[in-house]
Amino acid sequence: MSQSQSGFGHHLASRLLGLIPTLLMLITIAFFMMRMAPGGPFDSEKALPPEIRANLDAKYHLDEPLLQQYFRYLGQIVTLDFGPSFQYKDWTVNELIASGFPVSLTIGGLAMVLAFFVGTLVGIFAALRQNSAVDYAVMGVAMLGISIPGFVVAPLLILICAVYMGWLPAGGWEWSITYMILPVVTLALPVVAYIARLTRGSMIEVLHSNYIRTARAKGLPEHVVVRRHALKPAMLPVISFMGPATAGLITGSVVVERIYSIPGLGSYFVQGALNRDYTLVMGVVIFYGVVIVLLNFIVDMLYAWLNPRIRFEEG
Amino acid sequence: MAGSALKSLFGMEPRNSPGADDPFASVFAVPDIPGRSLWKDAGHRLLKNRAAVVSAVVMFLMLLAVVFGPMFLQWEGDFTDWDNTASPPSLQNGHWLGTDAVGRDILVRTLEGGRISLLVGVVSTLVSLLIGITYGSIAGYYGGVTDRLMMRMVDIIYALPFMFFVILLMVIFGRHIILIFVAIGAVNWLDMARIVRGQTLGLKNTEFIEAAQACGVSDAAIISRHIVPNLLGVVMVYVTLTIPQVILVESFLSFLGLGVQEPMSSWGALVNDGAQDMESAPWTLIVPAAFLAVTLYCFNYIGDGMRDALDPKDRA
Repeated sequence: MSQSQSGFGHHLASRLLGLIPTLLMLITIAFFMMRMAPGGPFDSEKALPPEIRANLDAKYHLDEPLLQQYFRYLGQIVTLDFGPSFQYKDWTVNELIASGFPVSLTIGGLAMVLAFFVGTLVGIFAALRQNSAVDYAVMGVAMLGISIPGFVVAPLLILICAVYMGWLPAGGWEWSITYMILPVVTLALPVVAYIARLTRGSMIEVLHSNYIRTARAKGLPEHVVVRRHALKPAMLPVISFMGPATAGLITGSVVVERIYSIPGLGSYFVQGALNRDYTLVMGVVIFYGVVIVLLNFIVDMLYAWLNPRIRFEEG
Repeated sequence: MAGSALKSLFGMEPRNSPGADDPFASVFAVPDIPGRSLWKDAGHRLLKNRAAVVSAVVMFLMLLAVVFGPMFLQWEGDFTDWDNTASPPSLQNGHWLGTDAVGRDILVRTLEGGRISLLVGVVSTLVSLLIGITYGSIAGYYGGVTDRLMMRMVDIIYALPFMFFVILLMVIFGRHIILIFVAIGAVNWLDMARIVRGQTLGLKNTEFIEAAQACGVSDAAIISRHIVPNLLGVVMVYVTLTIPQVILVESFLSFLGLGVQEPMSSWGALVNDGAQDMESAPWTLIVPAAFLAVTLYCFNYIGDGMRDALDPKDRA
């Protein structure tokens, strides 16, 4: 047991070290892509007098050699400082992230919780009735959920729930449940569908395994077989999907926040992209990149910890 | 998206006969029955999958409509019919699916937008195919340190938020249509590279590759003449699954205003236009949204069907 524990610690440490090149790569790609761009952030406005232009460049260190700028930026990132925003003159990128992220996190977190519970329940339900009409209907709807993008679902939901029925606000943001329902549902739908399909598939596979046959042969009632024996191994693929699901939710939030005019990080990102606000766009990409990389890491660890078939024997 | 499922499928040896290590195999073997080849078998199973067949027929009709439809309809995509602005679907004025706020025919615009959406889907998939096959087959064929370095690189890039990089690319290089092809393809090749590498690893120790090496054929020729042609079947399945993803990405970009620009249009851009007017003219939203949804739905079913058909685990 203790050996297996130290093996897990070893695994954890090596994976943690492996994160460093990933993060470095993330920052490097983001930085050089932004600097390859033809035209700077101050080009779109009226032609500036050269002295002012020089001052601006000096202030934002745009006059230094590229490599020096890169290492300066790297140094800033290490101290968690994303610098000032080019467009929102009085804001730093840190402040923008601090104001937008709680909103995005709330919507995304709620969507994830909703997707996890509804998705697994639906998936198990369909798996227990494999190849029945109910199964086909549920999986057909799930395929619909995967196929129809959020930016189609969202306007339709607004049209039905807000414009025609008047049940919920069509957009905007307040910290109240009525403003959260539509965005959360829109964001969760494809994830619900995907988790349902995953759960169904892995549940069916598990239910065909030998130890389940043994459990049934012992005369255990079906619900005990499912709950006590089949559920945990069937959840493993869903756990490992949590990483990609988070990435999907973050991407989806860009659209959802825009449609429902929610002042989250995704809205800032699109606005920044349209305005060529380099520091903001880079800051958000790096911030979300780090979030995704860390979450993937946590999910990996969780998976290794939950899966009894993975043992960390050394040697 | 479907990476893990694909891996579990394509990671196994396709021609592994089930009884190879079974000492009783010769006792039970019935030599006179002609063997079922993997591909014939798969084709048979695909045809039995009604959802996939129906989807394929629908997609074929969609393709015909998108390519030839605008030639036979009486309106031009950019013609503004000022007598019939924001007209609901009607047979009398000839705008079968209505017009938008400036009187452009929705049906024609949707079909023309479909040309762009499908074109992006196919071309970007080809770009990702090209990069993925080259990268994956080189990594798989050379193996060792090269392989480990190259695949570690893929792992790293895999962890990055890819949609954000497409947006970044669009911001930097402007919103030209060619760039959309390249940008989407350039970030979408990772799955392809992984699958191709896995297949190449299995292929490179086979006798015909050894024979080619013994004849002194160069590595480049072995990869392009002997390895890549043997990957195409597997790759085809993956292509059907990639096309809807790519169409989705393009519509996503266009919806945000970062994709194709006026006067060109795509389904994503049309959905965006429609969403602005949906309270007064909901058909401007519903028509392109329906075309997009049907296409994605069908492609997903075809891809799923092909994958299931090739999965030997399911064999009854």
